Amino acid sequence: MKWGVLQFPGSCDERDALHACSLLGEARLVWHEERGLDGIDAVVVPGGFSYGDYLRAGAIARFSPAMEAVAEMAAAGAPVLGICNGFQVLCEAGLLPGALLLNDTMRFTCRQVDLIAPRDDLTGPGAGQVNERHDQRGGRLSIPAKHGEGRYWAPDDVLDGLEANGQVAYRYAPGQNPNGSARDIAGVRNEAGNVVGLMPHPEHAVDPLTGSTDGLRVFEAVAAAGAPA
Amino acid sequence: MARARVLIRPKEGILDPQGKAVERALPALGFEGIEHVHVGRMVELDVEDPARLGELCEKLLANPLIEDYEIQTF
Repeated sequence: MKWGVLQFPGSCDERDALHACSLLGEARLVWHEERGLDGIDAVVVPGGFSYGDYLRAGAIARFSPAMEAVAEMAAAGAPVLGICNGFQVLCEAGLLPGALLLNDTMRFTCRQVDLIAPRDDLTGPGAGQVNERHDQRGGRLSIPAKHGEGRYWAPDDVLDGLEANGQVAYRYAPGQNPNGSARDIAGVRNEAGNVVGLMPHPEHAVDPLTGSTDGLRVFEAVAAAGAPA
Repeated sequence: MARARVLIRPKEGILDPQGKAVERALPALGFEGIEHVHVGRMVELDVEDPARLGELCEKLLANPLIEDYEIQTF
């Protein structure tokens, strides 16, 4: 699988995302002005402050040529993972429901959090391995979160729908919600399941040197859930 | 060209931490009797066709899911 990691002016986590992807397959950076993502099977929209987060986080990035290509790939079922600012971009682009608001703490948060991932019962490529690792760790992942605008919000009826359809991809473990997110939601997926966004940073948790390799499971799960373009 | 001003504010009922922070700072400065502070944005622009401002707000200037907007033209 070949991964493309978007790079906007103001992105800052694209190198770690590129490294994480390269552990699972081929990977290259995609500059925001690129239109053709030929040969790329899966996309990561990374963290940072795309276009300076002017207006609203992710509001301008969604109109970039690369994001238009990503929207087409997402509609075709390709795996797309949005991390932090990338999650905000995917919400602004309408590829994921809801919005990310200022943390209720009024502070930038930077800490390791436990996430709970419901079992996906994946069937795509590499799914068996992902499901097995999920069961071994009781569905918990230790991953760093660092953001000022990570409070997931959507109207109650949308939240009910997300829960009913199994679209809540990740929740903060009890007592660890760092930002006031509705129903402890840390990440969501679209109805088809191939587009996933989360606030914590799996790309910073792929090497034992930094304390956890649980982040790889997020990349694996996304890869296994989508059909390569 | 018409001068336009767009006021964007967080929707009623959605927690506005900026407004809360400002509100909490006021008593310490001696400003009593102030409540329901909300912080939003104002965008000023010149526009040829003011009829398109609504579309502009819906698509870019505001996120209609979480924000209300108000268009003023001069």
